[in-house]
Amino acid sequence: MNARLIRFAAVSMLALAASAAQAEDKVLNVYNWSDYIAKDTLAKFTAETGIKVKYDTYGENEELDSKLMAGKSGYDVVFPSASPFFAAQVKAGVYQKLDLAKIPNAAGVDKGVLANLSKVDPGNAYGLPYMMAATGIGYNIDKVKALLPDAPTNSWAMLFDPAVAAKLKSCGISVLNTPTEAVPAMLAYQGKDPQAQTTEALNAAMDALMPLRPNYRYVHSEKYRADLANGDICVAHGYVGDLVQSRARAKEAKKKQNIGILIPKEGAQVNIDMMAVPAQAPHPEAAHAFINFILRPDIIAAITDETGYANAVPASLPLVAAEIAKDPVIFPPAEVQAKLFTAPPPAPKEFDRVRTRAWSKFRSAK
Amino acid sequence: MRTAGWRRDWGRRLVVALPFLWLGLFFLVPLLIVGKISLSETRSGIPPYEPLFEIADGALVQVRASLANFALLFEDDLYVGAYFQSLTIAGLSTLACLLIGYPMALGIARARPERRSILLLLVILPFWTSFLIRVYAWMGILKDEGLLNALLLGLGLIDQPLIILNTDAAVYIGIVYSYLPFMVLPLYASLEKLDPFLLEAAADLGAPPWRAFLAVTLPLSAPGIVAGSMLVFVPAVGEYVIPDLLGGGDTLMMGKALWDVFAQNRDWPAASALAVAMLAALALPMALFHHLQGRLEGDGGA
Repeated sequence: MNARLIRFAAVSMLALAASAAQAEDKVLNVYNWSDYIAKDTLAKFTAETGIKVKYDTYGENEELDSKLMAGKSGYDVVFPSASPFFAAQVKAGVYQKLDLAKIPNAAGVDKGVLANLSKVDPGNAYGLPYMMAATGIGYNIDKVKALLPDAPTNSWAMLFDPAVAAKLKSCGISVLNTPTEAVPAMLAYQGKDPQAQTTEALNAAMDALMPLRPNYRYVHSEKYRADLANGDICVAHGYVGDLVQSRARAKEAKKKQNIGILIPKEGAQVNIDMMAVPAQAPHPEAAHAFINFILRPDIIAAITDETGYANAVPASLPLVAAEIAKDPVIFPPAEVQAKLFTAPPPAPKEFDRVRTRAWSKFRSAK
Repeated sequence: MRTAGWRRDWGRRLVVALPFLWLGLFFLVPLLIVGKISLSETRSGIPPYEPLFEIADGALVQVRASLANFALLFEDDLYVGAYFQSLTIAGLSTLACLLIGYPMALGIARARPERRSILLLLVILPFWTSFLIRVYAWMGILKDEGLLNALLLGLGLIDQPLIILNTDAAVYIGIVYSYLPFMVLPLYASLEKLDPFLLEAAADLGAPPWRAFLAVTLPLSAPGIVAGSMLVFVPAVGEYVIPDLLGGGDTLMMGKALWDVFAQNRDWPAASALAVAMLAALALPMALFHHLQGRLEGDGGA
């Protein structure tokens, strides 16, 4: 290889880099949860802006987190849950500050939700809310009735009362595979502070969960959606939006299943999924345009219609289909909302360790 | 003359060096990186661990390494338990693969030569579909309202659907199914080389078929058995996808335990320590296998 050739290659690389910096390619790399957007959202965005979208999906916050923490992920817009994931990622410097001048539709976001989010992201500098939902329980109305006619279909007791769980065991119970959901839920059921992150609270929850383990068919965060719809399980601890999708699929299934969804009276955790732009996003301009587009009332109303998740843009509500807007599990009435609580902030490392270990033990207990 | 010899020598060295280079680049270097992370401490940032070496002005200032992450592993029996459970599942699956795969390999090796390639093709055929899709297909077969239960209920053999999916049984089925070809192929390779005259000679000397099998076929196929078992056992120990999709979560295998630490805690150093410990703990049974293989081959030669 001669020197001139090397020099030529180096110069042309520099030129290439310079041109890339000048004008972004009309491409956007989106990494979102699976089944979490309307069918025509991306096509509309491309039609309006000329920006092509490469769309990729994940099933758990952990998947997204491991890609972000490894450094340059190549994604422009990602959708982490507000706490603990988004909060910890903000602290770690994963995201870039949003330029609100480029997101005029951010003005239409519910102030109450933003105030809540500012606890994990001071000043709402790094993220805007996408969708939100409580965590609840989905159940097969007929199968549960057959096994337990007076089942407590308004309470965490469906999952956590040993007598109830033992009765419903035979038709299949599933629990979300994350201590950040199951532990607060158990604490709420026990009448304790669900957001407590102390060893005593953790032990109290885990001591109650451990003997219940044999009653649970599996501990998984994705499988329940299809299984509940198909009648393979009859009680699922799950995100309400997912449960709504499951309920809709169950109606279309060959063997129709009658699915009910409950938000426990003891109170339930609300998860808000964020839209954020990684610090090293290759197309930040397109990312801002995309976030602005999503927050447009007609666009986000269509996403709520399709996914069964509530959004934080009040102006979109009149555009949401009536049966979704009136659904008490998607947009809970005030007295239920009063009982909802947000996920606790990121815990110290030592607590995280103890919790994950306890959770691994719970999951693998026989 | 001399240059030609040197060239030949150089070529030979290159041929030997290439696999070493490959191993060094794609096995040793990543392993060293994981080893390095396992000695550092977590922090909030990208990457989420403290640098091991502090370098200022081009000089090494400080080395911060700690074995604390390894100590964490032995705080209680969780990970030791996961290790033994992985070994048990992988071991029993290997045994099942051997029991199913051996007759298959023998059948293929004894088939008429023109049929052999078709039979071998059938063994390899599943690889043409994505591994993940095949595991999902098993979910469809094994679930409560799945194909297997529908068949058994239809035949009147059972009156309640069997619960197989999300149990250990499903994990075994998945692993045995997925890794069976890795057992059959090396077994076939060693059985196919077997000289049929040896069996004839055994028969001439009055050995009934079972005796001939035990005294001739089985010992001569030992290298195939060891190779096939290694190919099944080693990846099965670290298996993550099959227990995750088919198991109920109560099967805590090492792969799953590692993912928990890595993803749920965002604790890369502790996860790396677990990975290093797992590799070390795996090297032990592997060394044992290797020793066994060496001895068997020694016997075969004698």
